[in-house]
Amino acid sequence: MKILVVDDEPDVRLLFEQRFRREIRSGEFAFSFAYSGEEALTFLREHPSEVVLILSDINMPGMSGLELLRHVKQDPLPPPPPLVMMLTAYGDTETHNQAMRLGANDFLVKPVDFAALKTKLHAIATA
Amino acid sequence: MKQAVLDWKHLYNWNLLAATGLALVLAFLLRSLLDRPRYMPRARTWLLLLWVPAVVGFGVTAALHYQNSLLDDWYILFVFGVAAAVLWPVRHYRPAAIMLWALVIPALYRAVVIGQAVLDYQFVAPLAGYFKSLARLNVFWFGIITGLAFYQKKTLAKENAQRAEEEQQRRQAAARNAALERLVATRTAALTQQASELQTALAELRATQQQLIQREKMASLGELTAGIAHEIQNPLNFVNNFADVSAELVDELVAEQTNPTPDAGLEDELLSDLRHNLHKINQHGQRAASIVRGMLAHSRQSTGERQPTDLNALADEYLRLAYHGLRAKDKSFNATLDTDFAALLPLVPAVSGDVGRVLLNLFTNAFYAVQQRQQAAGPGYAPTVQVRTRRVGEEVEICIRDNGMGIPEAVRSKIFQPFFTTKPSGEGTGLGLSLAHDIVVQGHGGTLAVTSQEGEFTEFIVRLPFRGAVG
Repeated sequence: MKILVVDDEPDVRLLFEQRFRREIRSGEFAFSFAYSGEEALTFLREHPSEVVLILSDINMPGMSGLELLRHVKQDPLPPPPPLVMMLTAYGDTETHNQAMRLGANDFLVKPVDFAALKTKLHAIATA
Repeated sequence: MKQAVLDWKHLYNWNLLAATGLALVLAFLLRSLLDRPRYMPRARTWLLLLWVPAVVGFGVTAALHYQNSLLDDWYILFVFGVAAAVLWPVRHYRPAAIMLWALVIPALYRAVVIGQAVLDYQFVAPLAGYFKSLARLNVFWFGIITGLAFYQKKTLAKENAQRAEEEQQRRQAAARNAALERLVATRTAALTQQASELQTALAELRATQQQLIQREKMASLGELTAGIAHEIQNPLNFVNNFADVSAELVDELVAEQTNPTPDAGLEDELLSDLRHNLHKINQHGQRAASIVRGMLAHSRQSTGERQPTDLNALADEYLRLAYHGLRAKDKSFNATLDTDFAALLPLVPAVSGDVGRVLLNLFTNAFYAVQQRQQAAGPGYAPTVQVRTRRVGEEVEICIRDNGMGIPEAVRSKIFQPFFTTKPSGEGTGLGLSLAHDIVVQGHGGTLAVTSQEGEFTEFIVRLPFRGAVG
């Protein structure tokens, strides 16, 4: 399962690669990384129909995670449409509702509970 | 009858009585000459009694039927003597001295007349004639000298009057001076009082100003709290995550060591990752610490000491703080941060906490401006805040530009005034830009300029000298 992680913090890559080292080694998950919303959209266009799940931060300079979400849900991207999971430090209800309105499939609050995230990802992968 | 008339004429000393007229004339002349209280001899009153001896003499001689034609000459000589005695004590008074001279010749004449009669001498023929004419002459003498005395008296009186007037004027001038001096003293006292009151007021104002500056710092810190929390939360998350994942790696490494067929490559990889993670933990820990340091520096009372400061780092730090500060309040807000930091920027001697506050204020304003425009403009508008640093001659320039609402021309001249704010009441202290201006211009010898186009952009340009201005 191909997962695109979008976050403006470059160290997120290192973290995910280590947290999911076993899954990556076993080939269960494959991670790609983008450091902004714009970069993520470019990646999606250049790698059509690859990404199953997008894990995106909301607060990023330039295009925010919510805008990326809107693009993903509304732009005519090649099928199948990827699932989008929002990750944010600001877990207020307003942001949550907004993300849900825009069609987010899940909403996680930072700091990320990697055990819970792993369970969710496994669930999606085996679904 | 005829005999009676003759007797009446010859038996009494009528000439003595007649001489009282002369005595009275002289008395009145002297009295009027000596009418000044200052030159009035005590004997002046005697003059009014000069007629008494003549009348008494006349009465006595008449009763005794004694007849002497020299009696009037004696009497007149006596009158002259009294007059001289009256004048003598006041001889320092010029008219009196002159009057004495007026008496000398007639007195001498009378004395000679009396001498001749008593001793029965006669002048020889030509001298007798001269002596007779002297009788007339001494009347003239007396008249002229008396006139002179009165003239002198008048002159002296005039001089005295003038002197008195001058004295009067001097006294008035002295009085005026005294009054002026009293006035000056009063005014000086009042001014001293005012000065000390002003001094007190100034001290109070200074204290108030310090409090206001502190309050403004705290207000801006309050705005930033959420941003700072976010900025600290991020590195802390990394610290926690890398620590957790490192624990997993250690477990894995232990498991690998107990593995009967250890994979040497995997062990090396795990160790390398561990080392890497420890570095990351340290790095993010430092990041959080530096943010806390910055926050403390911001809230601390400035020590005013300038240290070589990297304005690029300072600008970057406060840009992020300001951005996240606003984001914490308005979740939907998003802006493009466009930074263009000049490489090899000289270090600037600066109070970093103070300059940080200036930058924070300018960034906060920039974000506020783009946020306002975004709310008005809606989608299609890309809020952008640009920061550019560069070296310009002997100065480092920090340019902060936003494509927000812009500042209307009318407002632009007032933005550096204390307590001027366009924000709704309660949102701004109105001190931010005023303090920023003070910090840049007075604190660092720099300049703070603004250019703006309403509805297009606002650009604040801070210039700080990196050389020479340290004082």
